[in-house]
Amino acid sequence: MSTADSSLVRIRDVTKTFHRGSEDIHVLSSLDLTVAKGEFLALMGPSGSGKSTLLNLIGGLDRPTHGSVEIGGQRIDQLTERDLAAWRAEHVGFVFQFYNLMPVLTAERNVELPLLLTHLSKSQRRQHAGNALKAVGLSHRLKHYPRTLSGGEQQRVGIARAIVSDPTILLCDEPTGDLDRKSGDEILTLLQTLNQEQGKTIIMVTHDPHASIRASRTVHLDKGQLATTAPE
Amino acid sequence: MNWLSQILSIAVFNLRSIPARLGAALSAVIGIAGVVAVLTGVLAIAAGFRKVMTVSGSEDTAIVLRAGSDNEMNSGLSREEARLIAEAPGVLRTAEGPAASSELFVIIDIPKRSTGTDANVPLRGVSSAAYNVRGNMEMVQGRRFEAGKNEVIVGVGAARAFRGLDAGSQLKIGPDTWTITGIFTSGGGIAESEIWTDAAVLQSAYKRPDGFQSVYVRLESEAAFTGFKDALTSNPQLQIKTTTLAEHYAEQSSGTSGFITGIGIFIAVLMAFGALFGALNTMYSAVSARTREIATLRAIGFGRGPVIVSVLVESLILALAGGVLGAGLAWLAFDGYQAATMNFQTFSQVTFAFAVTPALLFTAILTASVLGLVGGLFPAIRAARMPIASALREV
Amino acid sequence: MKYLGLIWSNLKRKKLRTVLTLLSIFVAFLLFGFLFAIKDAFGAGVKMADADRLIVRHKVSFIQPLPVSYGARIGQVPGVQDVTHLTWFGGIYQDPKNFFASMPVDQDQFFVLYPEYTLPPDQLYHWKKTRNGAIVGRSLADRKTLNWKVGDIVPITSPIWGQPANQPAWNFEICGIFDTTKKSADTSTLYFRYDYFDEARTRGKGEVGWYTIRIAKNAAPEAVAKKIDEQFANSPYETKTETEAAMMTGFAQQMGDIGAILIAVLSAVFFTILLVAGNTMSQSVRERTEEIGVLKAIGFSGTLVLLLVLAESCVIALLAGLAGLGVAWMLLAIKNPVAQWFPVLQVPDEAMMLGAVLALGLGIATGVLPACYALRLRTAAALRRNG
Repeated sequence: MSTADSSLVRIRDVTKTFHRGSEDIHVLSSLDLTVAKGEFLALMGPSGSGKSTLLNLIGGLDRPTHGSVEIGGQRIDQLTERDLAAWRAEHVGFVFQFYNLMPVLTAERNVELPLLLTHLSKSQRRQHAGNALKAVGLSHRLKHYPRTLSGGEQQRVGIARAIVSDPTILLCDEPTGDLDRKSGDEILTLLQTLNQEQGKTIIMVTHDPHASIRASRTVHLDKGQLATTAPE
Repeated sequence: MNWLSQILSIAVFNLRSIPARLGAALSAVIGIAGVVAVLTGVLAIAAGFRKVMTVSGSEDTAIVLRAGSDNEMNSGLSREEARLIAEAPGVLRTAEGPAASSELFVIIDIPKRSTGTDANVPLRGVSSAAYNVRGNMEMVQGRRFEAGKNEVIVGVGAARAFRGLDAGSQLKIGPDTWTITGIFTSGGGIAESEIWTDAAVLQSAYKRPDGFQSVYVRLESEAAFTGFKDALTSNPQLQIKTTTLAEHYAEQSSGTSGFITGIGIFIAVLMAFGALFGALNTMYSAVSARTREIATLRAIGFGRGPVIVSVLVESLILALAGGVLGAGLAWLAFDGYQAATMNFQTFSQVTFAFAVTPALLFTAILTASVLGLVGGLFPAIRAARMPIASALREV
Repeated sequence: MKYLGLIWSNLKRKKLRTVLTLLSIFVAFLLFGFLFAIKDAFGAGVKMADADRLIVRHKVSFIQPLPVSYGARIGQVPGVQDVTHLTWFGGIYQDPKNFFASMPVDQDQFFVLYPEYTLPPDQLYHWKKTRNGAIVGRSLADRKTLNWKVGDIVPITSPIWGQPANQPAWNFEICGIFDTTKKSADTSTLYFRYDYFDEARTRGKGEVGWYTIRIAKNAAPEAVAKKIDEQFANSPYETKTETEAAMMTGFAQQMGDIGAILIAVLSAVFFTILLVAGNTMSQSVRERTEEIGVLKAIGFSGTLVLLLVLAESCVIALLAGLAGLGVAWMLLAIKNPVAQWFPVLQVPDEAMMLGAVLALGLGIATGVLPACYALRLRTAAALRRNG
């Protein structure tokens, strides 16, 4: 169903092995996955199934032991560390389970962080950060420090930080994992909106079936391999 | 659980976690060890210098100088004055006559062994009673000089510090050559920094046939000093200043030892602040690393007191470890270290050994304990004040 | 620089720790400043010494006098351009605590040999006309306990020379206050006229302490010194001639071990404090593993993260280090607490520079380990630490 032009992520025959002591742990084995542009994909699976590892490979935080990871036509597994960092800055927005905001920076400055890597002027950076926070509904919390925000608000700041540089792809690792149901729902709605209205490609790792139904497609990982594709 | 066993169990629990924070704990220990070593080291210099001066002087010996002079260098007495002083009441009489030594004090240039540069070494002309007056003179090498000959004996400190002062060798002073016949000790006193010769020989070498600079006397007893002093003061033929040797040396050393102690304490105080900041940092981070543990303990019923005391105990143990380490280092490195410096009062060299005394070691450990307590107190209070509920959630 | 805000925010993270670290580094550099001031004071005479000046003194010891008649004979030695003499007076004003250097000199020759001291011409003229006149250095005149003005009559006593016959003290009239053209030269000295001194003193007439000579431009100091000493060999007053620098070095060496020990001790202090501060700074980076992981996930390159960490430690080290040096400099500029031992005590310019370089070095040294740690940190692993 995905054509060459519309596929954004192409993972071919990827294996990832970790060494723990003398033991080899095969986290991913010969995995193939294609994600189309504009998709909202949920990655589900039990703990240790390799879903976070897969997400890290897509985000260029880690490299496969074997196989290729191609994003937007580029083999990111072949980039140098330096190029990879630059590539992440341009193409990927991360959303973390524990938000991972800088406790020492205000919401606005947290969101501005990725823009420091661009050539934008200070006023432009502030403007973009403001827009991103507006998009997540936090215009009134610009000068607040993370510790003064609720969990849901912190995660919105996290999402604003992820989208501020207008990345190609949004990678979310259990974005609702640390939130109550109501806040979680709001975050999911936000992600859905970003997907449907702005056409953002989103890949979300979750173990919560409630979250996965918001996605346009769900894949299940088990023991390092794709299990079944959940019916639409 | 009673209070004491609460403290004990938390303290043990804290101490067990030290290996996990080895870097921070070590830096606190090293910081405090550094302060203690420096404090001890510097005070050992002053203590060593003072020791030389105090063993030199006693209450039953006295020195007589010309009125208005503050040291032997600028004093001057005639032969007649010296005779009157020796005959004054209170002076100890022996078979050889009164225990009074009329002396001449000059300085001569001799190169230091360590640097090769000239230093002002004291050369003293003494009368035969001098050995008796000092009381603790002992030849460790060779023999005493013979009266009337160009012979000298050298104090063991001077022999060690200055070039060419070895028993048997020749010493050239101006046009004259002197033979070094022996090396002496004087119980660690200031005489060990000096070269001694016969006063009469020195007088002729310096063309001062009737001049002396001081008279040293041994008194019948400590109590005899007042009578001796009064007799001299009331004698209209004499314009003199009489002090016990104990007092005289205290005066003589005040400049140099004040200088060393002053600078030493200044450094130590500044450094103590530096180390205190280090200790505070260590203990604050120790407390903050254990926020959740402390909150858990409080949640299951441990009191505030035990938490405070246990943090203090940990800090005190680290500080004591530093204190012992520092004092030990200072003792190993400095105790007995031989040095020479200039006594400001007479512009002449004094050789002495650094003395790391028990009192200094005690001061060192005490300083470490104070640093440890202060460094632990504020973090301990913070630990006890932590709101339990939110601290439990801390990651 | 756009990352400054980020660095600054990180410094404010644990204010207390940052402040304590700043303070301990501050103290270390304060000590560093004092250390170099003292070291400089020990060598002050050497630094001030004039290469063309030689000192002629009695061979046996500095305290032995030389006859005043030697002046003319020294002046005739080839290579000697100017001669003057000085004598140690050891003057005290009222109380032995008010001790300062004081010397009778030849009022006509003195400034020829010591051009670094400057006296207004009218004051010099007045001094030459006043037999009991004296001139004092600026820093001595300004001493709080003295506060002397031109025209004051000051009674001075000397334990060495006693008083002039039938007078309770030497009464000098302050004819002038001299300054110096050399930045760190000592001006805490009183000079008065030798002719008055020699006439009034009760003993040692016709003797002087030592001679200062200036050699001709092309003369070799060693050769001139040798010729002078040969001239007086086997006389009752044999001489020892050496350059001013050599004599000052010798004098400093007499304090000797104490100076060296002080410096060793201060160095130990300095490095101990820095070790402790460095450890704290490293620790504060290690605590931030996750955040560094996030920065790298966002797209900060390893090099950039390394630079940010380094910048942070350099800011701390420089801020505290420069403050310490500055305060040390300022305190000594305001008041010299040990004027009786070191008349001139100041942090030398070289030490300020060296201190600044050391502060930067400290920043880099303490930052480099944690920075490398941040560089090597595998991003994925750093993030996982959180979950």
